[in-house]
Amino acid sequence: MKLGDLTELAARNLREAILRNSLTTLGIAVGVASLVALLSLGVGLQQLVNRSVARAGLFDTVSVRPRQNTPFGQPGGGRRNPRDAASDLVPPRVLDDAARKEIAALPNVLEVNPEERFTAEARLEPNTQLVMVAGMPPSSQNSGTLDGLMGSFFSGPDAEEVIVQGDMAKRLLNEGQPPASLLGKEITLRFAQRQALPPPSQQAASDPPNQAVGPDEEAMGFSIVPSEKNFRVIGVTPSSDSGGGPVGFNNAGIYLPLAVAEKLQVVQQSDLREMSRSGAADGVRYAALNVRASSPAAVAAIESSIAQMGFTSFSLIDVTRNLRTFFAIFDLFLGIFGSLALAVASLGIINTLVMAILERRREIGVLKALGAADRDVRQLFFAEAGVMGLAGGIFGVALGWAIGRAIQFATAVYLRRQGMNSPNIWSVPLWLVLGAVAFAVVVSLVSGIYPASRAAKLDPVEALRYE
Amino acid sequence: MDVSETQANGNGNAIRADKVSRHYQMGGATIRAVHEISLEVRAGEFLALLGASGSGKSTLLNLIAGLDRPTSGAILAQGRDLAGMTSEDLAKHRNRTIGIVFQSFQLLPRMTLEENVELPLRLAEVPRAERPGRVREALDRVGLAARVKHRPSELSGGEQQRAAIARALVNQPMILLADEPTGNLDSKTGDEIMHLIAGIHRPASGAGRTVIMVTHERALAEQYADRIVTLSDGAIAREERLR
Ligand SMILES: Nc1ncnc2c1ncn2[C@@H]1O[C@H](COP(=O)(O)OP(=O)(O)O)[C@@H](O)[C@H]1O
Ligand SMILES: [Mg+2]
Repeated sequence: MKLGDLTELAARNLREAILRNSLTTLGIAVGVASLVALLSLGVGLQQLVNRSVARAGLFDTVSVRPRQNTPFGQPGGGRRNPRDAASDLVPPRVLDDAARKEIAALPNVLEVNPEERFTAEARLEPNTQLVMVAGMPPSSQNSGTLDGLMGSFFSGPDAEEVIVQGDMAKRLLNEGQPPASLLGKEITLRFAQRQALPPPSQQAASDPPNQAVGPDEEAMGFSIVPSEKNFRVIGVTPSSDSGGGPVGFNNAGIYLPLAVAEKLQVVQQSDLREMSRSGAADGVRYAALNVRASSPAAVAAIESSIAQMGFTSFSLIDVTRNLRTFFAIFDLFLGIFGSLALAVASLGIINTLVMAILERRREIGVLKALGAADRDVRQLFFAEAGVMGLAGGIFGVALGWAIGRAIQFATAVYLRRQGMNSPNIWSVPLWLVLGAVAFAVVVSLVSGIYPASRAAKLDPVEALRYE
Repeated sequence: MDVSETQANGNGNAIRADKVSRHYQMGGATIRAVHEISLEVRAGEFLALLGASGSGKSTLLNLIAGLDRPTSGAILAQGRDLAGMTSEDLAKHRNRTIGIVFQSFQLLPRMTLEENVELPLRLAEVPRAERPGRVREALDRVGLAARVKHRPSELSGGEQQRAAIARALVNQPMILLADEPTGNLDSKTGDEIMHLIAGIHRPASGAGRTVIMVTHERALAEQYADRIVTLSDGAIAREERLR
């Protein structure tokens, strides 16, 4: 039989047992709907994460550090980045101003900023908190890192102002006060400052070893003194539970203008290591530099140039690769759960078609008597399964879309009531629509294999005798 | 021109059965529904198969129709051995070479007469454009042109059987098989149907058809058939040539 005749007969057979076939089709639709709803949620969440990561401008940032453990260097701790293997022949270098200029001159590099990070004690009477403080370059104002900022950005590069992360703000304030109430207040930061030693001649004169400068400090070339400074809170970022706040490897509790942070002369974690390596402190040494590329595509080339110079680099491109793997697995799981519903629906198809065979024995016999081959009968049942799958698939996608909309709407209402902004956590891409319909048809056809071959094998003489 | 060609087209055999058997295994026992029947039906002949209930008439007819395959022996339809055919070819044989009419009409109840009669054309993959004309023609021939949109349940038994005959003839088969076509009808309606079948066998104008009709009414057989073959216990008990 021609395809046109097959579908015509199939559609008419389906119409005849409209209630049962509609219920079967509805079963497929529910299966497809759960598949679509789950997967669109997965896709939506993935897009949400990708959006916030991309918005924070983190794909275009490379962190540069001095290489530590190489055949040329002194024994140091730490694991070696496998990417450095290719540049093992390049001797490690000190991350100084010359290196900074060299990196800044690389193609596609927009800016190079020292990474200033240190632990400090923040005080707002009567509360004190241990906090990670980071210096923030002026370019961060527009990078998206500070989306949803309350208050304002630093008034100038040298302003003695801080931006406080929302969760930290809550901890500094007394119970129940909103983070925004921190704006305009003065907070005190207490930190470890490095101070240059007095000249060696003086040291030699005051013979018994003095109290302030011990032999260790002498070896380092500087001394460490506790220091504190007051800052005015000019901005507060949203707290993490409202889905906002800075993300990425520069995450901190309190942000200072980068230039201000540099001037504080805080002891960096790497100072001791650097000192023991090069013996004496002359000129500026950076623990790390943050390099901003003009586009994420340029990151790989910049990273390899930096490795050639003798430094270690790190970018979030490596991290997002893992993130993508995570979401692939996450979607797979959602897909499996959705498919289970569809598997149940396929049992419905098998049941309906087997029942149809029992009911339509005589009809099958008549068709064969009139010249239908086994193949025609088989195809007719296949067509019926396929039509149910197609209808169920289309209806299911619509239903899944509606369910997704409902979830999205309910989440938005809930989040808004909690005073948070509601991100779009749900997305139905075209590939999902087409894929779901195709999947429903394929599952239906597979379900139709057994009933169809049973119908095809029916003995017409038996079937016609049956009254 | 070879022999089979002559047989197929003209005064040769429309059907030839050669020691045909159809046995059924029921538990340990063998039921010989048809046992070693040999029979020749000339093209254009009207053969009546007579016999008591259970004598094997329907079984033999189904074998000739290609709805069933013999346990042993050969059946040739217009010179071609049905045993050598694939099930696909056998389906084509049922569709093009023969038309079947049953005692209980076997119209599909959910389809209109028109749609019922169209079925063999769909199966033969006749182009859509040709179909309505041929359906109309077939229904016209059995006097049901006015009832094309009716469903079988809206028709009398005689009308249903006439629709079934239209369906059997729509593909213009050379052989018409009828299994007790008047069995479910009163005698007056039965006479009308027999008249119709006689007209198909030997029309006023144009080519006739081979007709093999199963009946248990001797009077009908004697009135219309060229020859009567009487079956008993799956074998031929008697053969009478009337015309
Ligand atoms: N599928 C079957 N299984 C067993 N016996 C059968 C089957 N079909 C027919 N028979 C037997 O074969 C014999 C002939 O049947 P049938 O050809 O229908 O007789 P008729 O048409 O002459 O009344 C009967 O005895 C019947 O019981
Ligand atoms: Mg019978």
